[in-house]
Amino acid sequence: MEVLHEGLGELVGWHDPDENREFVLHNKSRELKDKTMTASEAVASFVKNGDFIASGGFGHIRVSMNIVYEIIRQRKHDLTMAGKTAVHDLDLLVGNGCVNKVEVAYSFGHEVRGLSPASRRMVESGKCEVIGEISNAGYQWRFLAGMMGIPFIPSRNLLGTDTGKYSSCKVVKDPFSGKPINLIPAAYPDVAFIHVHRCDIYGNCQIDGIMIEDFELARCARKLIITTEEIIDNEVIRREPWRTVIPFYVVDGVVEQPFGSHPCELHGKYFFDEEHIAEWLSLSKTDAGVQDYAKKYIYSVSDFNEYLELCGGINKIEFLVKREAMRVPLVTPWRK
Amino acid sequence: MENNTAAKYNMREFLAFTGSNLLEDGKSVFVGTGLPMIAGILAQKTHAPHLLIVFEAGGVGPILPELPISVGQALTCYRGIAATSMHDVMSAGQAGYIDYGFLGGAQVDMYGNINTTCIGDHAMPKVRLPGSGGANDIASFTHKTIIIVGSQSKRTFVNKVDFLTTPGYLSGPGAREKAGLPLATGPYRVITQLAVYGFDDKTKGMKLISLHPGVSLEEVRDNSSFDIIIPEKYGTSPVPTERDLEILRKDIDPTGMLIGK
Repeated sequence: MEVLHEGLGELVGWHDPDENREFVLHNKSRELKDKTMTASEAVASFVKNGDFIASGGFGHIRVSMNIVYEIIRQRKHDLTMAGKTAVHDLDLLVGNGCVNKVEVAYSFGHEVRGLSPASRRMVESGKCEVIGEISNAGYQWRFLAGMMGIPFIPSRNLLGTDTGKYSSCKVVKDPFSGKPINLIPAAYPDVAFIHVHRCDIYGNCQIDGIMIEDFELARCARKLIITTEEIIDNEVIRREPWRTVIPFYVVDGVVEQPFGSHPCELHGKYFFDEEHIAEWLSLSKTDAGVQDYAKKYIYSVSDFNEYLELCGGINKIEFLVKREAMRVPLVTPWRK
Repeated sequence: MENNTAAKYNMREFLAFTGSNLLEDGKSVFVGTGLPMIAGILAQKTHAPHLLIVFEAGGVGPILPELPISVGQALTCYRGIAATSMHDVMSAGQAGYIDYGFLGGAQVDMYGNINTTCIGDHAMPKVRLPGSGGANDIASFTHKTIIIVGSQSKRTFVNKVDFLTTPGYLSGPGAREKAGLPLATGPYRVITQLAVYGFDDKTKGMKLISLHPGVSLEEVRDNSSFDIIIPEKYGTSPVPTERDLEILRKDIDPTGMLIGK
């Protein structure tokens, strides 16, 4: 196959498919065993300094924030992160010095809430390096190729653009149509963390609402931490097996954490905590503010439940549940 | 126009209305965060009740009760027909099912190429912007891309984008096809605070379609670094009705988070 262009981006998280099969053979257990543990244990066991990490969900939607805070609390460093519409998670991890390399589809912004002061500052000052550009579909399909156990997947995006030029993709002449086609390399993140509505102790998961990229991400990650609103009995899984979107054999750890996506949204359960997001966006305008935030919400508390108490506890939770059901009006305190 | 005391609407309302006018009933559209989302909802609530709105994170065909903050939140499949995945909707786009793509841009050139990645050098940017997100995909796959640039000026209408994030007509006629992008795709309209533009069939350069009320040709020319094609005939952009404004203010964005108060 004739290679027409080669992207300049660093190829991160790629493995020869046979090498990855070997990894799966020896490291991913097919045994139905209890994988429950605390967030602290999960991060200590599975996240190593220097790892390539990927966070599930999208933007401020169904993000495993309890793992994000735990990574900061354990002061992990030199991580490379998949910027697959990574918003609040990435902003905190870059801002607090845990992540210093990003492959960017969408990062350093908070959608309509504005740009992310903390992570932008790190990039613009050279403390965080953008190692490659890609698009949202491009990232999704990196995971798809990984999940399929193939080295790349062809696509018709990224062509002709700087996004493609700065990606780790290659453009070749398609042997079938004769037209140029983009090849997106597979990605196998060292560790991924995904928040779900419910799962059993083995890691069989149900998600309500959109899957976004998590069907693929769950299946390509080398290590997978599931955080869940609740643990359900395996019998509930077996009663409606068609609802299982992530099967236990790709899961390495299960952490039960109600409201574990706060301040992000969980479809049908609770809304974004706009006040908390606004507080972060305001504090993170300065390095000192980033430190103040981390001290208050991460280092001074021992776990996520203590953090939730600080954020307003049951009263705040009740409000966020009502807001998700549209029983109370939207507040947008981040508006200028 | 915002200084025009006779105007009964602000610029963001006008942009949303102008965007909504371009969307046809019975077609499908990918909408991005912000004004494109408002335009899609307004179209659905007025002339295009059967507009299939698709969100890149997997929300398909919602009937939107209020403005989502994010293209991934639960509202994006509210009373929808499917809550699926990015792979599913992006594949639908790549296979040709999505008619319109609706995007915003920080910098645009005469061929409708968009930059949302960085201002200045990529390795050490003066300003780091979020990157492509789904924009490169949407502009590669949809049959017609609509771009909203809220503030047209010499800084946003540039000769060359600092970084070509999202494909317009690239370097001109035939360039998209040569690069391997799907046939008969590309930018369709650009909406700014001054005018609505299309693209010349032959040169693929940006061309005036209509001036907003009260805007002069000089303003259009003075606020662009490249030469915009001015045809002999061009129109005046329609203005929103009281009913459009009421829907925008009361139903779609009651807090004014995007259209302002």
